[in-house]
Amino acid sequence: MAYIEACGLRKTYGATVALDGIDLQVEEGRILGLIGPNGAGKTTALNAIVGLTPYEGQLKVVGRDPWNERDQLMRDACFIADVAVLPRWMRVSQALDYLVGIHPRFDRAKAEALLAKTTIRPVSKVRELSKGMVTQLHLAVVMAIDARLLVLDEPTLGLDILYRKQFYDSLLTDYFERSRTVVVATHQVEEVEHILTDVVFLDRGRIVFRRSMEEVESRYREVSVHPDKIAAARALNPIHERQGIGRSVLLFEGVDRQQLAALGDVRTPGVADLFVAIMSSRTERAQGATQ
Amino acid sequence: MNGPSDVMAESVSRSEVAPVEISPVRRLFWSVRRELWENRSIYLAPLAVAAVFLVGFFISLVRLADRVRAAQALSLMQQRAAIQQPYLIAALMLMAAELLVAVVYCLDAFYGERRDRSILFWKSLPVSDLTTVISKAIIPILVIPLVAFAATVATQWVMLLASSAVLAGSGMSPATLWEHVPFFDTTLINFGHLVVYHGIWYAPFYGWLLMVSAWANRAPFLWALLPPIAIGFVERIAFNSSHFADVIRYRFGGDPGSMTPGGRMTMEMLGPHSPVEYLTRPGLWIGLAVTAAFLFAAVRLRRSRGPI
Repeated sequence: MAYIEACGLRKTYGATVALDGIDLQVEEGRILGLIGPNGAGKTTALNAIVGLTPYEGQLKVVGRDPWNERDQLMRDACFIADVAVLPRWMRVSQALDYLVGIHPRFDRAKAEALLAKTTIRPVSKVRELSKGMVTQLHLAVVMAIDARLLVLDEPTLGLDILYRKQFYDSLLTDYFERSRTVVVATHQVEEVEHILTDVVFLDRGRIVFRRSMEEVESRYREVSVHPDKIAAARALNPIHERQGIGRSVLLFEGVDRQQLAALGDVRTPGVADLFVAIMSSRTERAQGATQ
Repeated sequence: MNGPSDVMAESVSRSEVAPVEISPVRRLFWSVRRELWENRSIYLAPLAVAAVFLVGFFISLVRLADRVRAAQALSLMQQRAAIQQPYLIAALMLMAAELLVAVVYCLDAFYGERRDRSILFWKSLPVSDLTTVISKAIIPILVIPLVAFAATVATQWVMLLASSAVLAGSGMSPATLWEHVPFFDTTLINFGHLVVYHGIWYAPFYGWLLMVSAWANRAPFLWALLPPIAIGFVERIAFNSSHFADVIRYRFGGDPGSMTPGGRMTMEMLGPHSPVEYLTRPGLWIGLAVTAAFLFAAVRLRRSRGPI
């Protein structure tokens, strides 16, 4: 079944349109990356999904209406806005006591086992922990909640690369242990792309690209074209062209691999390459339209 | 309600181990406990005030025997006032601490969590805005007055025992003391004043402050103060009347008719002996209705407000 079902999701702030009619379905067990430039509407979309903001249109998350049933939804869903939101006065042991007190799906033993692997002590206050340790704490808490749906909004913002990697590695391990559905919004495409099953690009409140990672791998090819074959390559309608070191790199959709191999070195593009290609072709089109 | 969505939510939870059932009362209990963890001044401030006061009081015990002897020359009423004076001062100091803590607590309750962005963490947990607002309203209406009451009674009890010991030590009978500081009556007065009066009678003030705290994006203190002042001024200029100010003044000061004859300061001035007298005032129930309206607004505001 679909864990997230959005239909015509729209949100405006005064004259600014943050979400311009989004249709999105996320099935159980998928890991969806929501990727877009600043101001694309990622945070607004996630806030609507977890019931932090009202919206127009249809939205059901784990079968519930997020805006009116946030507290019930949060029994099945988990949300990390970013890691710096844990209350600074709280002790680690208090956080665990409190969660046992209010959360039906919180497993204290699991949280303690996860924390035992870190240097975080139960008597520490959040304000005494480094940013990396706060991340570990938040992650331990979230992992110990047996949630169906995990929503992450730039979860690793401001962390160094070691903690970012650790964060996503833990997430992945946990994901394989039990079937979870994850939606993650981020700028750091390279760090999440190996864990995603689906990717959505958002631009100015609209979904401009939506593929499963299998589709990305089977349909998109990037070719470092030999300089003498550039005209032949351009004739195949690349969706994007950029300058590599000494060679032009062209991105193709749905063109046969053998055909491309004759033009140069073929590889599967990363999500970041695709993102740049699709966003810049949109910008060019937009500029073309205004001229 | 929405049947289909409930069925769907159920089918989701059936796929794995059933979660623990958590009753609304348990969620409320832990939410109140959370407030006490965060705001330790709720009990530390009265304890500190009581400690400071007791230090001063113990030093003053040196002159106690002389004072009691001197008081015996006075009329009964004056005698009572002289002997009760330190007990009244203790009660008034703890009361001031209590009101200050309650006002500071209310103004920060929903403003602080938005300012430090922790609201994003609280809202990621299965606790409704209603539960949160009720837990935060319980603090100034019930918890802070009860703590102040306990601190006042304990302080006065320590004072009474220490004074009796000193008097007995200097060969005097503590009977005069016990006659003028009737412990049971004093406790009842403290309960009526602190718990019923400062808690329940003042509830609309706390409701207002909590609502402002949920609404204001900056300077909640000014937003709490300026609108009532503005309304008072507009009424004065437009109609040359002061009904609004009178309502506030009545709510804040009650009726000052309970001053003892001769204007002497005694514990009795803190109000009627019986809390029942407060509970039967219609104003109390009107006030509670107003409080409920403010708290309802706070629930709506908390739902739609995010970090600032």
